[in-house]
Amino acid sequence: MMSSDSEKPDADETQVKATPTAKKPEIELPAFEKSISDKIVEKFGDKVEVTFVKEDRIGIKVGRESIHDVAEFTRDVLNYDHVESVSGVDYPQDKEIEVVYHIGSYSDSSLARQILVLSTRAQREENPIPGNDATRLPTLRDVFYSVEFHEREVFEMFGVYFEGHPDNRRLLLPEDWADLPPLRKDFAIKGR
Amino acid sequence: MLKDLVTPENANVFVGKLGDILERAIDKPLGYAINWGRIWSLWPVHIETACCSVEFGAASSPRYDVERFGIIEAFGSLRQCDLVVVQGTITRKMAPRLRLVYDQMPEPKYVIAMGACAITGGLYFDSYNVLPGIDGVIPVDVYVPGCPPRPETLIQGCMLLQEKIKRMKARKFV
Amino acid sequence: MTEKFPPGLALQKVDERIMTLNVGPQHPGSGHMRIIVQIDGDYIVACDPDPGYVHRGEEKMAEYRNYITNIPHLERPVIHDSCNVLYPYVLGVEELVGIEVPERAKYVRVIASELNRCIYTMYWLAIYGIFLGHSTMFMWPAGDRELLIDLMEKMSGARVTHAHFVPGGVRNDLPPNFEDVCLRQVNYFEKRIKEYSAVFYDNPILIARTKDTGVLSREDAIRLGTTGSVLRASGVDYDLRTKEPYDVYEELDVHTNVMKEGDSYARSKVPWLDMLESCNIIRQALQKMPKSGSVRTKLKPNPKGKGLNSVYKRVESGRGSLGCYIVSDGKTEPYRLKLSVGSFRNLIALPYLLKGEKLGNMPSVYWSLNYWPVEADR
Repeated sequence: MMSSDSEKPDADETQVKATPTAKKPEIELPAFEKSISDKIVEKFGDKVEVTFVKEDRIGIKVGRESIHDVAEFTRDVLNYDHVESVSGVDYPQDKEIEVVYHIGSYSDSSLARQILVLSTRAQREENPIPGNDATRLPTLRDVFYSVEFHEREVFEMFGVYFEGHPDNRRLLLPEDWADLPPLRKDFAIKGR
Repeated sequence: MLKDLVTPENANVFVGKLGDILERAIDKPLGYAINWGRIWSLWPVHIETACCSVEFGAASSPRYDVERFGIIEAFGSLRQCDLVVVQGTITRKMAPRLRLVYDQMPEPKYVIAMGACAITGGLYFDSYNVLPGIDGVIPVDVYVPGCPPRPETLIQGCMLLQEKIKRMKARKFV
Repeated sequence: MTEKFPPGLALQKVDERIMTLNVGPQHPGSGHMRIIVQIDGDYIVACDPDPGYVHRGEEKMAEYRNYITNIPHLERPVIHDSCNVLYPYVLGVEELVGIEVPERAKYVRVIASELNRCIYTMYWLAIYGIFLGHSTMFMWPAGDRELLIDLMEKMSGARVTHAHFVPGGVRNDLPPNFEDVCLRQVNYFEKRIKEYSAVFYDNPILIARTKDTGVLSREDAIRLGTTGSVLRASGVDYDLRTKEPYDVYEELDVHTNVMKEGDSYARSKVPWLDMLESCNIIRQALQKMPKSGSVRTKLKPNPKGKGLNSVYKRVESGRGSLGCYIVSDGKTEPYRLKLSVGSFRNLIALPYLLKGEKLGNMPSVYWSLNYWPVEADR
């Protein structure tokens, strides 16, 4: 009795983690997407959090210390092979900056429709000094080569320094830009 | 008599005066001829700064064919050009480069500001990286409004510029 | 030494053998970006693209405008492909707001989107002609695209900036007799672009300048995350119109064009094949389109997203997959909007392809990447 009980919560936990955060729990989750998210949860346990499972889209939230491992797992085991987009989202009320990777796959035809939305959060500084403050994340360039320019863009637009990125330089902004990183919420554009 | 007037000390002044006299004498007929030449061979610089360049390309396409009005397609080198068509938004990164391009061109040179962005900043009036018009960077001769202007509008702007050149003084011919 | 400079600035050592060459932002080709190349004799040893000359901060501006007023400035990145660049945004807003699109509107969207793809590709092909010094190749496509621009002008009222797609459908119905005119023009257009095969693609000049330059292998195309014609020219069968069909692409018969070579020639030919395919799609859509019906579901005046929600929609544009990531926090404005554009994703292949190439091959490689600087900078 006891032994089977101690196993059950473990199996329940994955269920509980996946379902309540999804938008409409009464609708049955798409099976294929669910199986992928289950694989990730099975491997990493409570290090990851499934934020949503929609048709063709899986949202996974990871802490900054395990993002590199999760990315490697998605590449090696789940056959995802490129990153479509890296976007930063600023949450001043949480004092965090979220970095979202949209990961897709060309080589696996069953994953052609799928996008894995891998998000992680970095600490946000009130007075940012891009490159020299605590707003840091490990880079994914050695896992997915295609993030190179995207991460450079996030660095200049949000001030998130990617540790291990070989080329953390400006990309789009003027060379003499001395203001706040422009896409942070506390950077106000003129007249607004 | 003339010989007595000219000494090595005032030779430069004299030659300068002679130039003035010559200019006054033949300015009108020769200036007209020179301006006529300038009007029908305007060479635009191939500098595309934003999305209006699509309509600039369409203006030199067979349907609109801006070449029949004496504006040659933008294929040449900077040093032979005398017209800058600023095709759209000038950002803070582009502005120094635009000035650099303008400064490298030989005199006389004319500027057409094409599109709302080049005139006032247009749709991007509140963007953090866009200049509110190019007047602060280079002097503008003709403004062509529109977002983007139709090729016909651009051609009309070029013809306005030609009218303007016709009335300009062709001063720097000596 | 380099640590003392702010990010983006660094001192460079001068080498006697290696010369650094700045190409752009003003150069006799097209495209307002700078490519910093280091050359050893005639060969490129390193290349560093420097985009951002048209960075207009559209993602920041989008946070200050509501879902409807965002439409005009979001189509400006690629004005000659404005329907496609707006497509993912409109799809995303529809999902956020929760609104159904009438059947006829979906077909009108597909027709407008395919027409725009042709208009974009023709302009791209024309500029490719300038790059290669082939004046006829500029004049023909630049003239022929006016046919389709006329169609779009009939449909939406504007030459290039249509703002025709709105959340809930399209802005207005097709004009009377549009189907017949469209069919006639598209048939003529198809006949016309078939002639290009003999004039451009069998042309020894074009072949000499593009064959075997900038070869991108299949593995590298996948690894670098390239998209659109660049990817399909390297032998990867990936087109969102068939892989992740949006709107009514499921009901249409779409063929994906793939070439194996992966050189500049293949990259210049795949968009041309796509144009022929677009003509097919337009004909099918005209046939299957409901002959009457509503084309727009009316929205409430200030549409709001439901709670903290995010959506990522993508479509196949002229330059490849175009994604739009919208985060909403229940207000009338998006909390964050990000466009993941094909040009920006293909840019990463440029330094990779140019390494070891001759300097003279740079134009043919650069423009074959289907790159539109305004879109990449946003």
